[in-house]
Amino acid sequence: MKNFLISIKLTLILIVICAGLYPLLVAGVGKMARGGGKGETVTVNGRVVGYANVGQKFTEDKYFWGRPSAVDYNAAGSAGSNKGPSNPDYLKTVQDRIDTFLVHNPGARKEDIPSEMVTASGSGLDPDISPASAYVQVKRVATVRRLSEERLRSLVDAHIEKPLLGMFGPSKVNVLKLNVALDELK
Amino acid sequence: MNTELFGVVIIFLFSVLLAFPLGKYIARVFKGERTITDFMSPLERLIFRLGGINPADPMNWKQFLKAMLSINLLWFVYAFFALIFQDKLPMNPDGNAGQTPDLAFNTAISFLVNCNLQHYSGESGLTYFTQLFVVTFLQFVSAATGIAAVVALYNGLREKTTNNLGNFWNLLVKSTTRILLPLSLVVGIVLAFNGTPASYDGKDTITTLQGDTVQVSRGPAAGMIAIKQLGTNGGGWFGANSAHPLENPNYFTNIIETIAIILIPIALVFALGFYINRKKLAYVIFGVMTFLCVLFIGLNVYFETKGNPEIDKMGIAQHIGNMEGKEVRFGSAATALWSVVTTSTSNGSVNGMHDSLMPLSGGVVLLDMMINALYGGVGVGLLNYYIFIIIAVFISGLMVGRTPEFMGHKVEAREVKIATLVWLLTAFLVKAGTALAAYMVAHHPDVAWAVKPSAWLNNPSYHGFSEMLYEFTSANANNGSGFEGLGDNNIFWNVTTGIVLILARFIPIIGPLAIVGLLANKKFIPESSGTLRTDSITFGAMTLAVIVIVNALSFFPALALGPLAEYFSIK
Repeated sequence: MKNFLISIKLTLILIVICAGLYPLLVAGVGKMARGGGKGETVTVNGRVVGYANVGQKFTEDKYFWGRPSAVDYNAAGSAGSNKGPSNPDYLKTVQDRIDTFLVHNPGARKEDIPSEMVTASGSGLDPDISPASAYVQVKRVATVRRLSEERLRSLVDAHIEKPLLGMFGPSKVNVLKLNVALDELK
Repeated sequence: MNTELFGVVIIFLFSVLLAFPLGKYIARVFKGERTITDFMSPLERLIFRLGGINPADPMNWKQFLKAMLSINLLWFVYAFFALIFQDKLPMNPDGNAGQTPDLAFNTAISFLVNCNLQHYSGESGLTYFTQLFVVTFLQFVSAATGIAAVVALYNGLREKTTNNLGNFWNLLVKSTTRILLPLSLVVGIVLAFNGTPASYDGKDTITTLQGDTVQVSRGPAAGMIAIKQLGTNGGGWFGANSAHPLENPNYFTNIIETIAIILIPIALVFALGFYINRKKLAYVIFGVMTFLCVLFIGLNVYFETKGNPEIDKMGIAQHIGNMEGKEVRFGSAATALWSVVTTSTSNGSVNGMHDSLMPLSGGVVLLDMMINALYGGVGVGLLNYYIFIIIAVFISGLMVGRTPEFMGHKVEAREVKIATLVWLLTAFLVKAGTALAAYMVAHHPDVAWAVKPSAWLNNPSYHGFSEMLYEFTSANANNGSGFEGLGDNNIFWNVTTGIVLILARFIPIIGPLAIVGLLANKKFIPESSGTLRTDSITFGAMTLAVIVIVNALSFFPALALGPLAEYFSIK
């Protein structure tokens, strides 16, 4: 009985500290972060076009595409495909994506398609692609936009985010930021 | 690719380098020596006064367990009702519904026992109230319960003969105020500054560059994510857990979050050495755990960076490895590392989908959870390892023909029986659960549950079997990760895994504490030349052999049916 009395009192106290005060403290300090702790946004002409870290859907040929998504880039939720590596239906989906990619990118060779362009990300909201995945799309985007491939290639170069301190982790390109810069090219 | 491998090495090295001083600090805290967090003591005194607690009251192992179980029961009842009625409670900007009773049963238990299986998705299955006042709260106190239990083990090992394992309330409070809260604050603030939401605003609606209208879920996530990593909880704010770009925004946060998974579990091994003043014993235990853990990391990094042979056959470039279910900003190597440390430690958070791991990496993470003692969950990992030690002591004793002893106390029939039963329970829960699920899929595919058995599996054949095996292994290990393709939000999975969770949490705490309580009560026998030294490398190797043999005997057939069969089918 004594145990239960202590339990009730201690539970109330710990709820106040761990669930009440602690998140408030983090939120308070977080206000000083970029985006004020609400998530960092990207704006074009004063209009919010997305969250820097949250991937969005690009299907038009004039934009660089991101990765396939199991939630169709609707960030109200998030999920991977959870397909296993030997699943025949899954492998057929991947093959279909390769075919679609080749149709939209005439001239691209199959062995140049990086696997992440045809496999779904873990969150369904992956904001990035690898530099190779950006380069392989340059020709398509250049043709549609009537820009020189060299100009686009240097635009991609400028948007490559190097590994942390140049030493740790992969290189990547943020698709949204690249496409915003692409729209600003004249 | 090289920078990805450097990343893996640096993360692991930093974890060990930081865990060592943290272990020293934890030992000082529980010895009552001066530490840099003594500014917390007025708060602790206030808590004790308001709670009517005398932190110096001694407790024997039975009193200790009674106190622990009473408060855990209360937490369960509170969480269960809060989850059912969350739609009627405040702080629900997204208008999410209440949980069904079977889902609330599973969720409440799951967070109570430090497991965090999530049969819902965070964005739609909880409100901000339950995310904070149920989930975050339980993430703190369930981790603190684990630490309190392991300190009771330390106390039993430290004294020659004693009845007192320490005061549960005191250990619970200090684990929270001295370890979990300060570390979580640091990690939470780092996350907030790297783009993880921390404010209480609800979903945002935006029009994308291409003109689609989408919603973006947010919320006070940063603090919760910190404790879910540090407390080996693992239940994420968002459905995709730390694969979500707001939950784990960049490679730097990924380093921090990975370190946060294994930091306290490793520190508690070192703390054992400092606390009972037998550093060599702690180093031997650390060595055995690290040997297996590093081996597993090596295997998974190899399999994941090598990629999927079925995709190689399609003739495309697979330079950065198996990327299904993974994120570009981490790469396949960092996700392979995470998959091992999260299953070693019963954390269960993920930064890539385990269902899409290559067959043998999936096998490694399964085995890792079956062992469940390579660092292990905060506190409870060492308790699991203690069971292996008792079995190793017993077998070594038989081999050399001496009475088995551990730390100056005779290990007799009663203690060995308890250790064996605890171990057998693990094997039983995993295999019986999986067998039952497989039976339902095969023979009753059309039962009218929320998800029919015929629709449970997201993948056919061997991989489908692995999905069921994984779910019960994860529940038994109190891990919480999943092969998430499994359709698990229905009464079968919610209830069966809920029962497994409770048994697999409390029996492996009660068992070792009973053993240590019984041993500490016995007459102390000073070490002599005839004593089997338990802090030697030989004994470490013996424990390693016990771990490998008992796990192989228990689980090889199940692993052969799932991951191994799948591996050979696609070679």
